Amino acid sequence: MTAPSPVIRDPGQRAVFCGLTGIVWLHRKIEDAFFLVVGSRTCAHLIQSAAGVMIFAEPRFATAILEERDLAGMADAQEEIDRVVARLIERRPDIRLLFLVGSCPSEVIKLDLAKAAERLSRAHAGRTRVLSWSGSGIETTFTQGEDACLASLVPELPAPLAGASPDLLVVGALADVVEDQFARLFDQLGIPARFLPSRRAALETPVGANTRVLLAQPFLSDTLTALERRGARHIPAPFPLGAEGTTAWIRAAARAFGIASEVVDGAIELPRARAHKALARQRTRIGGQRVAFFPDSQLEPSLARFLKEELNAQIVEIGTPYCDRRILGPELQRLDGLPIHEGNDVNRQLDRVRAARPDLTVCGLGLANPLEAEGLSTKWAIELVFSPIQGFEQAGDLAELFARPLARRDRLAV
Amino acid sequence: MELATWTYEGPPHVGAMRIVTAMRDTHMVLHAPQGDTYADLLFTMIERRDRRPPVTYTTFRAADLGSDTADLLKTSAREAGERFAPQVLLVAASCTAELLQDDPGGLARSLGLGVPVVPLDLPAYQKKEDWGAAETFYRLVRGLHRPVPAEQRQRASCNILGPCALGFRHRDDIAEVRALLGAMGIAINVVAPDDASPADLTRLGEAGFNVVLYPEIAGTAADWLARTHRQPRTHGVPIGVGATRDFIREVADLAGVDPAPAMALERRDCRLPWYSRSVDSTYLTGKRVFVFGDATHAIAAARVGTEEFGFELAGLGTYSRTFARDVRKAADGYGLEALISDDHLEVEAAIAAACPELVLGTQMERHIAKRLGIGCAVISAPAHVQDYPARRAPQMGFEGANVLWDSWVHPLVMGLEEHLLAMFRGDAEFHDEAGASHLGVHATIPVAANEDASSTGGPVWDFQAEAELKKIPFFVRGKARRNTEAFAAERGSATITLDTLYEAKAHYGR
Ligand code: SF4
Ligand code: SF4
Repeated sequence: MTAPSPVIRDPGQRAVFCGLTGIVWLHRKIEDAFFLVVGSRTCAHLIQSAAGVMIFAEPRFATAILEERDLAGMADAQEEIDRVVARLIERRPDIRLLFLVGSCPSEVIKLDLAKAAERLSRAHAGRTRVLSWSGSGIETTFTQGEDACLASLVPELPAPLAGASPDLLVVGALADVVEDQFARLFDQLGIPARFLPSRRAALETPVGANTRVLLAQPFLSDTLTALERRGARHIPAPFPLGAEGTTAWIRAAARAFGIASEVVDGAIELPRARAHKALARQRTRIGGQRVAFFPDSQLEPSLARFLKEELNAQIVEIGTPYCDRRILGPELQRLDGLPIHEGNDVNRQLDRVRAARPDLTVCGLGLANPLEAEGLSTKWAIELVFSPIQGFEQAGDLAELFARPLARRDRLAV
Repeated sequence: MELATWTYEGPPHVGAMRIVTAMRDTHMVLHAPQGDTYADLLFTMIERRDRRPPVTYTTFRAADLGSDTADLLKTSAREAGERFAPQVLLVAASCTAELLQDDPGGLARSLGLGVPVVPLDLPAYQKKEDWGAAETFYRLVRGLHRPVPAEQRQRASCNILGPCALGFRHRDDIAEVRALLGAMGIAINVVAPDDASPADLTRLGEAGFNVVLYPEIAGTAADWLARTHRQPRTHGVPIGVGATRDFIREVADLAGVDPAPAMALERRDCRLPWYSRSVDSTYLTGKRVFVFGDATHAIAAARVGTEEFGFELAGLGTYSRTFARDVRKAADGYGLEALISDDHLEVEAAIAAACPELVLGTQMERHIAKRLGIGCAVISAPAHVQDYPARRAPQMGFEGANVLWDSWVHPLVMGLEEHLLAMFRGDAEFHDEAGASHLGVHATIPVAANEDASSTGGPVWDFQAEAELKKIPFFVRGKARRNTEAFAAERGSATITLDTLYEAKAHYGR
């Protein structure tokens, strides 16, 4: 095995969404929650744009837009929050969990949302629980919003009953279909597993010294820390992307619970074989292709490992907004020492990518069409966050997401 | 604090981006946190632009606050100046940077970049996107203007002001208006901001007058040119046949030319008047229509709808408070009270209460109309990717009127079809709830009923597999069911288990 990948920092102009974006998937995952951003018109516009102007009848998120009078101190911001929340709860009595979500403006004017949340929890006790976290762009990038949200849940979770036997907590929002597949697998292995966030009753998952944490997403640094503070222990593992990623992930959990490896082999044999079969088909298309990643979701090192290890792609550059070695260590071991560029300056990376001309560039929505216009095939990174890609049954789908832009380029004759 | 779910307009700096993105050789440094870079996708995805907006964001972070944000701005301005070598550098702050009070304009000017710097003041907690666009264009025009004495201007020449990035059909409107002006022999001096360079803006003073296509964008600059430099401007906007005729007369007057050649284009090009008079259109008479959009397009649609389609106006409104007065005045003329609101829930309630048969609105109203089961045509920004069609689809001029005819009539149930629906009401396929075939109203037939129907006699789904199938999005569920059943039948399996489902998925997967 080669040395783990080094991390190179290249500070400069970044082009990554802020943590507020996480609301777009979190509000669908946590079914009884509402997300109230306290921010500016920009924040409201960001969420709307990231949601692709998918207009739901009335979404379970909104923005309390700060106005001149809030800033000039003509209105007491804490009172304003109380007023807006009261109106909201009156309109939506079904809200059980309300998140006050901080933004850059609310951070800069030092609006204390934790205090507001405490006060409002008391005021609406027995009906709506109010928590706070920040998705501000001065502190979080894209997927770190989910981290901040889950971390805010952790101190609220109940303690396990005394003498409870070890159980597994799978942490990170997954598509329902993926969550159910994993739940069945762990059930087959005899590992008692729960998920955070859980679809309903997000606040009822117990956590304590008997909890072993298996991360399903790599961007959950703060959540992991908060869980460890509650006594939970981390199971380091690669992420469940691809046949091998998923195998390693399941094995890591099984080892922690002392499950014999033959039992694991038996449980994963069929689905793993299916995943291999699906991947074999894509390997002919993706194998040997040169792929570059712009920083987006922190999934980049894991995706690069999947492409390299399971599809024989050649990785040109891995950019990622932030790389937590504690979490990504097992992935960095498997990248043949390829460097990770953390927090890239976008213009300098564009220069490098233009010079290298990879076959496929994984990047954000702001860069994709301009690069296509320059003749580079691209894959929108955001789709990798919104689509079910984890687990054996999705391995083929994940490969297909990368293969499609290449296949498209082959087909088009215009 | 104002509670908002969906917004019609973005913040003012997005308006500024609509100006610089439309122009050439212009760059903007925006003092903003990294998340604000989302705005790029509005241009690259919704409008499918092939270049990144010419904007450098400073992307300051919490750690920079208090000490380094000003330095960051200077570095960004210097690097942008070197890398992009623009003719003009605009400098602005987004909502967060406004709170830091770094004075971005002053800082950038102190660098001596060798490039003219235009600082923008965009109060993010008071103003919105359209205002930001108008202000930015005005600051550029004012900053770059070179006066030309009135007597040295060519009377029969004009500038076309207003078309910009992310505009509703701006691209195609320009071509129509050019053709009208061309027919009268009026020279076009500069079109701006679309495709104009800062050097072009210095030449605005050479034209006899200004054609203002979108007052929301170019009104402030055109008024300044009229006031300070006695360069007259147009007030009419040529949307619809009547308004196009008025526009031709207004322009001909300003230019001192004969309007006849442009008027003659109507006979050659415009089918709306005859289509509207042809007998099959009788059914349009008195259809109740609700109009909502930016002020210019809403006021125009009200006139076209009533005078040229024979509709009845059931409501008229705008999200633009800046132009509330104009819309109120127009609504008054129809005996209505204007709806001035940027709260889409309030707009939805007003539409529901008015019970219209057709909504002419923005993308937001399109969704509202869909929920209410009413037809809708989009007439104004905010727009979505489908409002940037590949074909030419202007709103202005005589061809624009044809486009309005096609796009507004389409969502309505055709006259003949209305009769047929009534005649065959009892039939299974044609039952009462079927609705018009092109409206989403088919959804009243529960989609699940067709998608989820299992073919009889085939393999049986076990409970788990059946439950899993339900998790697949409905629009592909039918296909998944058929494939899995075929797969199981081929292998002679009597029962479909979870594994069969996923084996089949793997088998048929690409
Ligand atoms: S970066 Fe900050 S100001 Fe911009 S949208 Fe995100 S939270 Fe709001
Ligand atoms: S598509 Fe159907 S409903 Fe629409 S006009 Fe044609 S026949 Fe009528």
